[in-house]
Amino acid sequence: MTTSTTPPKDASPKPGAPQSAGALLLQNARANMRQYGMLVALAFIVILFQIWTDGTLLLPNNVSNLIQQNSYILILAMGMMLVIIAGHIDLSVGSLVAFVGAMSAVMMVKHDMPWVLALILSLLIGAVAGAWQGFFIAYVGIPSFIVTLAGMLLFRGLTQIVLEGQSLSPFPEGYQDLAKGFIPEMGPYTQYHNPTLVFGLLAILFLLLREWRTRRQQVAYELDVLPQNLWILKCVAMAAAVTAFTLTLASFHGVPVVMLVMCALLIGLGYVMRNAVVGRHVYALGGNKAAAKLSGVKDKRVTFMVFVNMGVLAALAGCVYAARLNAGTPQAGLNFELEAIAAAFIGGASMSGGVGTVMGAVIGGLVLGVLNNGMSLVGIGTDYQQVIKGLVLLAAVGFDVWNKRKAGR
Amino acid sequence: MTRPVLEMRDITKTFPGVKALSEVNLTVGPGEIHAICGENGAGKSTLMKVLSGVHEHGTYEGEISFEGEPVAFGDIRASEQRGIVIIHQELALIPYLSVAENIFLGNEQTSARGFIDWQGTLRKAAALLAQVGLREQPQTPVSALSVGKQQLVEIAKALSKEVKLLILDEPTAALNDEDSATLLDLILTLREQGIASIIISHKLGEIRRIADTVTILRDGRTIETLTVRETPESEPQLSEDRIIRGMVGRDLDRRFPDRTHYEGEDAEKVALEVGGWTVRHPTDHQRLVVDDVSLNVRHGEIVGIAGLMGAGRTELAMSVFGRSYGQYVGGTLTVEGREVTAKTVPAAVDAGIAYVTEDRKQYGLNLIDNINRNISLPSLPGMRRHGVVDEHHERSVAERYRTSMNIKAPTVFEQVGRLSGGNQQKVVLSKWIHADPRVLILDEPTRGIDVGAKFEIYSVIDELASQGKAVLFISSELPELLGMCDRIYTMAEGRLTGEITRADATQEVLMRHMTQNRS
Repeated sequence: MTTSTTPPKDASPKPGAPQSAGALLLQNARANMRQYGMLVALAFIVILFQIWTDGTLLLPNNVSNLIQQNSYILILAMGMMLVIIAGHIDLSVGSLVAFVGAMSAVMMVKHDMPWVLALILSLLIGAVAGAWQGFFIAYVGIPSFIVTLAGMLLFRGLTQIVLEGQSLSPFPEGYQDLAKGFIPEMGPYTQYHNPTLVFGLLAILFLLLREWRTRRQQVAYELDVLPQNLWILKCVAMAAAVTAFTLTLASFHGVPVVMLVMCALLIGLGYVMRNAVVGRHVYALGGNKAAAKLSGVKDKRVTFMVFVNMGVLAALAGCVYAARLNAGTPQAGLNFELEAIAAAFIGGASMSGGVGTVMGAVIGGLVLGVLNNGMSLVGIGTDYQQVIKGLVLLAAVGFDVWNKRKAGR
Repeated sequence: MTRPVLEMRDITKTFPGVKALSEVNLTVGPGEIHAICGENGAGKSTLMKVLSGVHEHGTYEGEISFEGEPVAFGDIRASEQRGIVIIHQELALIPYLSVAENIFLGNEQTSARGFIDWQGTLRKAAALLAQVGLREQPQTPVSALSVGKQQLVEIAKALSKEVKLLILDEPTAALNDEDSATLLDLILTLREQGIASIIISHKLGEIRRIADTVTILRDGRTIETLTVRETPESEPQLSEDRIIRGMVGRDLDRRFPDRTHYEGEDAEKVALEVGGWTVRHPTDHQRLVVDDVSLNVRHGEIVGIAGLMGAGRTELAMSVFGRSYGQYVGGTLTVEGREVTAKTVPAAVDAGIAYVTEDRKQYGLNLIDNINRNISLPSLPGMRRHGVVDEHHERSVAERYRTSMNIKAPTVFEQVGRLSGGNQQKVVLSKWIHADPRVLILDEPTRGIDVGAKFEIYSVIDELASQGKAVLFISSELPELLGMCDRIYTMAEGRLTGEITRADATQEVLMRHMTQNRS
């Protein structure tokens, strides 16, 4: 959430006045502890593995790989975050990933359908699957845990029926680019990938503009803000981070196609959740369903929409995953639902709903992704990887619980 | 006085940034009923948490001695072993377990081999139920009992622990008058058995009725300890106004604001008319919870609904508000002369009706979200610009209400769950006032709120009426209905049993109509 707790104004401090910068920073960090905490943890994990792998982790090709490898989990995590904020859970997304992958394979491989059409139909299948589950959850009133547990079995079974137990391949190149492709190079030869530099520049402008606008608003409403010099430092740090990331990508093949898709989702969903009425209604519903209903929130419709959204995102993840494997296989997407749920919780969701941000889901997903990638690079076996990921999930949520108890009375 | 049972000396408790208690003193004599009064946030609950060991020894300063010995409780178990039992405002019973199981929860009666001794459990439970005067079987599940009876089960549970000092936190807040009377009588009976009680209450009438002594807290300090009566038998010598003066630190000469009259052109026109409204119980289809109720409210008028618990007041209100309760059977709803069929909450809001719930935590607020977003929730569609919520507008609205309603919070981004009851209620009211309804249904708008905040809420209600809004005011506290309403309807067993004008209304008249049973 974007709420920020501010200290009581006992001595009516002027906005922006240097009112113990350290205390203010701490206050700010406290308010968004889980997200800041996870950002710090992410940075820590990155640095740890960067040293441990002798710099392999942040080599341009590995960064590209990292993004492509985790794209489908991140897409699922964003949808899952909405589901969890609304106070539900979706266990079926892993099976849905497999089913949609299988359907797209059947359309393209068996029926020679153009890949664009197949992609659109796949997303539609996801929407229908989401609507099917959303109907039972919102309108019939069956708990989401049960409905999606049934969905998990149902879609897995359908996958095997559709594929007759076989893998189907290969896919057209255009489709494969969804997962493996990069934005094509344009313009004169430089040392770097030109479009990527442009994207990076746009991203920096976008971030700075947003920072500036929020700050201006906070000042206008006499909220406590970071002192000017600290704020400038924050902006410079953000710009530097984006620049470093851009240059890394630009010195390899550039921006992966799937990364653009994810950025669009992150910005779009984030905006909807913050600023659109329906997004606010999702938070209200998760925070207190009875109160939301009595405030005129159309609880059934909102819940339904959240599951349709999840269905579409699961379908998108299914297409990306199939494109990455270049095959539709019966075993695709196994345990993806658990990874997505873990990412959402690491990224600040609450079991009881009402709390969380789309950005948080991405951060949580990246924590898991970097851990996976880093541990593989240093040669830790999948057995220990699972153990460590389990402990990280426990530690992240445990830290949050502990922190809340300390802050509350 | 003989040696006191409990002495708390110079108790100071600090939370990060807040001094909740500073040098509080409390002395309870043997077999005494000691009331603790104070506005919300005065430190009453914190003091009781210190006493019962919820805030363990070492986290506070000062000394506690019980029965003459200094004590240092590490947790709530330790204090219970000494015979100090606290009964919280929110009951701590498990609904699907039986009365007997609940009484001995955590203190299970076991046989020599370590298994539950059901015979003994039931026998002892039956004895305890007899002691508290509750005629129910020990095997009955707690969920089948009314709130009043559940409260008695809590006391039976306390008695099973050989209680010497019973602490009751707002024990009658959720009870109707009849159940309250039973409970208060029980506390008096326990005193005769030598059990001292500390009772925290906002209801000054109750304090005068049963307490021997009252200690008043304000802003975390002991203000004064007053004698209510010299001997248990004598009449109270302390007036309610005297207690209020101690609580608010000033004379509260008026408990209700003067009513301002609305003089708009539609002043005499009916704003809300309900005709023959009938509702069935959501699960028990045989039962009519609201039976053929017809009433009306004019613009600028405050109309009360009085009734005992279970009379169907809340059910009527919620059913009218987009049929959010039970099963609609029949009845018409007319707002400003137009008949409306509002089958959903959004439709009712569109028709110009707002309902402020009696249970703000359950049905009124999203406690984990901030003031800003709680106020805007019903009005979000109207706050859109270019299809999305205009946050500037939203925030300025919230700021406006924070100032005008005197919501005590540093910013509108304060989490609502951290506010006191009175301030939470102001947020709920702000939320519905901003939705700009023609008709406001207020269900127990001052429940669990201290005296000072009540006056503020009354003033807001008066102002709404003076702006021409029609206000339907549901309350269990007859004095506030008498103090605020132009007319009062009474309900009993789902039916309307009377319509009384301000001039004719007295507590006795109302009570007579409220207890009118079906013949």
